[in-house]
Amino acid sequence: MSTRTLPLLVANLGGEMLYILDQRLRAPDLSDNRTVLTVIISAMFSKGFMEELLKPQGLYSHRAMRTLLTRLAHASIMRLNAASMDRLYELVVMAFKYQVLLCPRPRDLLLITFNHTDAIRNFVKHSPATVNQVDEVQRRLIETYTRLSEGEFQLIRQTLLTFLQDMHVRVSLFLKDKLQNPSGRFVLVTTGPVPHASDVPGLIRIFNRKGREVKRREFPAGGSYTSPMREGSFEMFGDRATRLGTNMYSVTPVADGKTSGASMNPSQHPKGTAEPNPMAKEELNLLARLMGGVEGQGNLSGDGAFQVNLFIAGQEEDGTGAPGEVEGEPFGVINIQATTDQLASTELARIAGEFAEDGERPDEPSSKGEDLLAMMDDL
Amino acid sequence: MYHKEKSIQLKSSASALYNNLSVLRIGPRSLTHFTVVHANVVNMVSASWDGLNYSHRQLQSKEGNVATSSSLILQAAWCVLPARELLVLTSQKGIQMYESDGSIMVYWHALDSPETPTAQAVFARGIAAVQEKFVCVGVSSGSLLVFDVPSKGSNITLSEMLEEHKEPLTDLGSECSGSQEFIADLVSADDSGLLCVWKSGDDFQLLNKIPGFEVTCSSVKLWKGIVAAGYGTGQIRLYEAITGILHAEINAHARWIYSLDIAPFTGLLLSAAEDSLVRVWHLTLTPETNSVEIEHMYNECVTDTQICGAKFCDGDGYAFAVTGYDLSEIIRYTQA
Repeated sequence: MSTRTLPLLVANLGGEMLYILDQRLRAPDLSDNRTVLTVIISAMFSKGFMEELLKPQGLYSHRAMRTLLTRLAHASIMRLNAASMDRLYELVVMAFKYQVLLCPRPRDLLLITFNHTDAIRNFVKHSPATVNQVDEVQRRLIETYTRLSEGEFQLIRQTLLTFLQDMHVRVSLFLKDKLQNPSGRFVLVTTGPVPHASDVPGLIRIFNRKGREVKRREFPAGGSYTSPMREGSFEMFGDRATRLGTNMYSVTPVADGKTSGASMNPSQHPKGTAEPNPMAKEELNLLARLMGGVEGQGNLSGDGAFQVNLFIAGQEEDGTGAPGEVEGEPFGVINIQATTDQLASTELARIAGEFAEDGERPDEPSSKGEDLLAMMDDL
Repeated sequence: MYHKEKSIQLKSSASALYNNLSVLRIGPRSLTHFTVVHANVVNMVSASWDGLNYSHRQLQSKEGNVATSSSLILQAAWCVLPARELLVLTSQKGIQMYESDGSIMVYWHALDSPETPTAQAVFARGIAAVQEKFVCVGVSSGSLLVFDVPSKGSNITLSEMLEEHKEPLTDLGSECSGSQEFIADLVSADDSGLLCVWKSGDDFQLLNKIPGFEVTCSSVKLWKGIVAAGYGTGQIRLYEAITGILHAEINAHARWIYSLDIAPFTGLLLSAAEDSLVRVWHLTLTPETNSVEIEHMYNECVTDTQICGAKFCDGDGYAFAVTGYDLSEIIRYTQA
């Protein structure tokens, strides 16, 4: 079908992945997880890579997309184990599926993409070179897509929906917010504003042969629609008018399960107000020290690379809450497997001991990490 | 007005494509065939009228070239001609025609696909049987292909290529009243909302062009000389085909319309959209004044579903069937 879907797919899935990584790697001092995100963003928005994506071509398979995202994540020194990568992929795909499905007009897919690129630009605002890369890609996206007709956008959307078909993974954040049913299907409401340039259903107008309106009748529309949404901005900067594609992990979900049409949960909580539990603080401090001490983090060498287990093994993928959410659920466990001897310090041993006491996830043997690295090199 | 019946299960879910349901009623065998497209496969289900027997068949799109990625199907529909019925599939690679039970492929027409993909997508979409012997199919280039179909056998030939549209075709609707008194035989619609009205023959003749307003017309029907067109804005418009006079404009749906159908014996109109709603309307013609009335009859909300196909199962509109994106069933409704 459409040959122009890949750039949008990568930008949006990549954006969702960055939201999750940003939340899961969040240190009290933001400057430490910046390096990982910046490197990934720089790889994702590299000129050569983007030009390849912009060439007219069909969609990749899920397997290929998953590999692509893994490679992007591994552009940094972070290593995600297979289980983490699986769940990360499911989460990002389901988030994007939600956005594509609820997209009010096909053209709004571009606004969703721009919400992602806007947020990505914000992640790297400390690095002018990377901001330039993001800006350049956004310019190319504007150039390529803004002149397409609504019909072509619908073809892009239908092609993406074919890619996303039959995926019904349940996401805690969506379930909590009543955006998704226990069956895995998303909730489609028959309320809210109609898309820009549409009319609220309910009116029949009859005309005579001269073109004059002679009769006007209403019919019950069976929903509760309100006046059209305003148009979002398709420029480099501007109000995108939709919350689809914004970072849903940066707000705490509201417990009353309020749903809305095209927009996400609007409640905003400033970042970092929740008190991180002391264990998470210790873990992240160690992570920060490891990352800070590593040279040449752009390469894939085993030395100095560390593994990150983003999600607790055996638990369903979890996108909930700010760090240190107090529900008895541990915050995303960082299981740090240092592969260099010098880091087998007492500090590490002490922390490992504390993990065991709390009865959290099982230890992972370090050989598993090395096997994974070898496997990635073969891809 | 209608109540829900037992659904028919599909082997795989429906894809988000316009007009993604086709129904063929076989009176002599008390059977109804349904087809629904899933990516590169067509799911065919035959249901006996007593509701006791269901048989399934799946048809694949033809690859054309093994090395390239699989060809997605955009539409599958039955074409009912006086002498025979054909099942037509339109895909990225071309047009396939089968005997109506899907058992034998009788014809294959390849589209001109470039070696490396181009920015402009290539595919066929929009299928209609016209008059005695024509099957018409639309193409993404804007071409309308006319195939001449003999009463039996596989000697189907491409008779004409009509080049009035500049945008990809979306749907075709042929005059379905069964009466010969109407001049227009076919209406074609495209991504820009342009409607072209045709008279069939060895040379098809363009009778009228009704402009769009850069809003896609995704589904179109022609009944008693009236064009019923569904648009991306959720509007339905009724035009007089020959003159282009606008009879009525309805703000029918809150999202993109995906399917329209008309029950020719009663003038019932079915509309379905991404907003989860199926609506039934009634059209009445007053020949003396040449005026058309439309009245709203019924709503059905298919919860949490973006509907992609909706068709009446019989000429009276006594029953209708619905498909939705990601749904692996055909939902049926009959009059209470």
